Amino acid sequence: MTDLAFDLLDRLPRFDGFASRTPHLKDPELKRSRKVCPSLEDAIRRSGLKDGMTISFHHAFREGDKTINTVVDLLARLGFRDLTLAPSSLLSCNAPLIEHIRNGVISRIYTSGMRGKLAEAISHGLMAHPVNIHSHGGRVKLIQDGELNIDVAFLGVSTADCFGNANGISGRSRCGSLGYAKVDARHAGTVILLAEEIVPFPNAPASLSQDEVDYVVKVEQIGDPSKISVGAARITTNPRELLIARLSAEVMVHSGYFEQGFSMQTGSGASATATTRFLEGYMRKTGITAGFALGGITGGIVDLHKKGLIERVIDTQSFDGDAAESLRTSPNHIEISTNEYANAGSKGAYVDQMDLVILSALEIDLDFNVNVITGSDGVMRGASGGHSDVAAAANLSIVVAPLIRSRIPTVVRRCTTVVTPGECIGVLVTDHGIAVNPRRPEIVQRLKAAGLPVMTIEALQQRAESLTGEPRPIEFLDKVVGIVRYRDGSVIDIVRQVKG
Amino acid sequence: MKLRRSMLFLPGANAAMLSTAFVYKPDSIMFDLEDAVSLREKDSARLLVFHALQLPVYRETETVVRINPLNTPFGHLDLEAAVRAGVDVVRLPKTDCAEDVELLEREVERIERACGREVGSTKLMAAIESASGVINALSIAKASPRLTGIALAGFDYVMDMQTERGDGTELFYARCAVLHAARAAKIDAFDVVWSDLNDEAGFLKEVDLIKRLGFNGKSLINPRQIELLHNAYAPTEEEVEYAGRVVAAAAEGERKGLGVVSLNGKMIDGPVIDHARRVLQRAEASGTRK
Repeated sequence: MTDLAFDLLDRLPRFDGFASRTPHLKDPELKRSRKVCPSLEDAIRRSGLKDGMTISFHHAFREGDKTINTVVDLLARLGFRDLTLAPSSLLSCNAPLIEHIRNGVISRIYTSGMRGKLAEAISHGLMAHPVNIHSHGGRVKLIQDGELNIDVAFLGVSTADCFGNANGISGRSRCGSLGYAKVDARHAGTVILLAEEIVPFPNAPASLSQDEVDYVVKVEQIGDPSKISVGAARITTNPRELLIARLSAEVMVHSGYFEQGFSMQTGSGASATATTRFLEGYMRKTGITAGFALGGITGGIVDLHKKGLIERVIDTQSFDGDAAESLRTSPNHIEISTNEYANAGSKGAYVDQMDLVILSALEIDLDFNVNVITGSDGVMRGASGGHSDVAAAANLSIVVAPLIRSRIPTVVRRCTTVVTPGECIGVLVTDHGIAVNPRRPEIVQRLKAAGLPVMTIEALQQRAESLTGEPRPIEFLDKVVGIVRYRDGSVIDIVRQVKG
Repeated sequence: MKLRRSMLFLPGANAAMLSTAFVYKPDSIMFDLEDAVSLREKDSARLLVFHALQLPVYRETETVVRINPLNTPFGHLDLEAAVRAGVDVVRLPKTDCAEDVELLEREVERIERACGREVGSTKLMAAIESASGVINALSIAKASPRLTGIALAGFDYVMDMQTERGDGTELFYARCAVLHAARAAKIDAFDVVWSDLNDEAGFLKEVDLIKRLGFNGKSLINPRQIELLHNAYAPTEEEVEYAGRVVAAAAEGERKGLGVVSLNGKMIDGPVIDHARRVLQRAEASGTRK
């Protein structure tokens, strides 16, 4: 042997029996059950979580989530401090976190959005560090770029086997797609599954796979699926929402992108859901069917899928029970991660293939910039979600909103907070008329030719102001309570603490 | 020839609805100060409606105010507010006889003179809601040149008749009486509201009936009913095509100085041409029937 070979062999480990590095293989019981922890506390201990680390969660149960509050409560009882909380989003149900922020258990937050009492407290300066608000795609980018390092992910699933093959479409509390959780499972240092039911090995389909999961804990309940959507699946009877829905369906049809095999995304809002119903009429009349529908999936989309009008449904978040059930039963209803959905840094995001998207807005300004995070009082009450992701990539982004929400204008001179830049928005549909971004002259032409009520966004803003009067400016303090991160990680705006 | 198919009721106390209802594009919007407003809100509703009537956004829609009867403490105050704010039409509820209209007309004229509004510019409508009103329909319809139309109000009428709303049999005589009175007086006729919002099929069946009877339109209580009604009143493509040919043939006849012209061997005279123009007007407003 040469000297080189001796050197190499000196550095390599010597064989020391088949189980020297896999001792559990010698114990038939341990071999199977080594990942299953008797309690959440045990799993936390084994994860090596320490003060100052980052923990993450998915928010697929939305207002029905029970995992975030349960885990943070326990971490507080165990004496953890100075943690960074990085769920995919926060909702009104997370109000109990206020106490844990006050007590120093949580010191930093990354989230897509927040609502309710927690959002109010943060907007009024609860935290020393500003909250980072990211889009769904932007969250994956922050993780990939190393800014957001998840040490331990706590992921609620309805079923898992002893190795951690898990999904959200079987068992009791089914949330459907685990699109957010898939990202955390891949990137977190340690992955703990909170499973409602531990089923015989191998659990299939494995939305989260055994090679990503470290520990599995059985818990009583991870969430209440009936609270994922409150009423969104039902078709609205509100005449204003129906009017907006009818107009937005007509905009889609006459946009130039309504062609055989087109793709679309509608949100979960009442107008968006109703839009799909109106679109159905046009699809039947013209014989045009969609190649795929993307995003947060609702019963409305599933209905068109079942009727053969949408070939494939690409699901990163299921907004209701119908969507979760369709994901379980339809071979053409496909679960994807938020990385595949919308990450600008991924090797290919579904949003890049999108033709038409319907988006919502709390405010939209004369430059078509959209605010989906702060209310007219400056308090955070929304979520960035996939808004800026899809708007950037789709061929045409259509924002739907009532011109006025009980005395408060939606179309304003300047947005309180910019989440999605106006250059990505094509059309605004309100109950008072339609405005097209001047950057899209071809769309103006097509919609006018179709006889749709197209007006300038300035005219809409004036109309709103003539009905409500000019709103008094919101009073802010200097302290920054939120940093709005664009999908590429850059800072697009900040949110300041509201006075009072 | 003003198109009056849909008259949308809006409760006068609902500020949010007052400021946006025009977006649904009914032919007329009726701000209600009477039954849809509770006693404690009568004053605030009157004030809200007074301001809403002056919004520039209502310039393009015909505005109607249903005042409280003039023998209540609110009727005269309502009338003052509506006329002074520039309402197009005042709707009088519970009209039993011609004298009710005549009293209203005198009051309106007095207010017009007092506020400097052109005398005669405020139009009137009378709602017939009782057996006496139905019996007196013709004299009511002819009581004032300001009247644009009369309306049947079903709820009070069936109470007065000691019956209840059913398949329409209970309204048959009243509908025919009101309609004949309106046509004899050359004014518009409006049918009752359909209150079961979720029974779309029932609504459309009733619309089909009143359209065939000859009513101009119907009072509506929800914007969702507007498009359904307009669509039901919209002519078919064939009707539009034929009406176009009738109007063209009439124009051609006029150019040639002919009194009567014929189309495909059928005589076309005044009433046929008028009907054709109404068809084209409805088509222009809401397209052809879907």
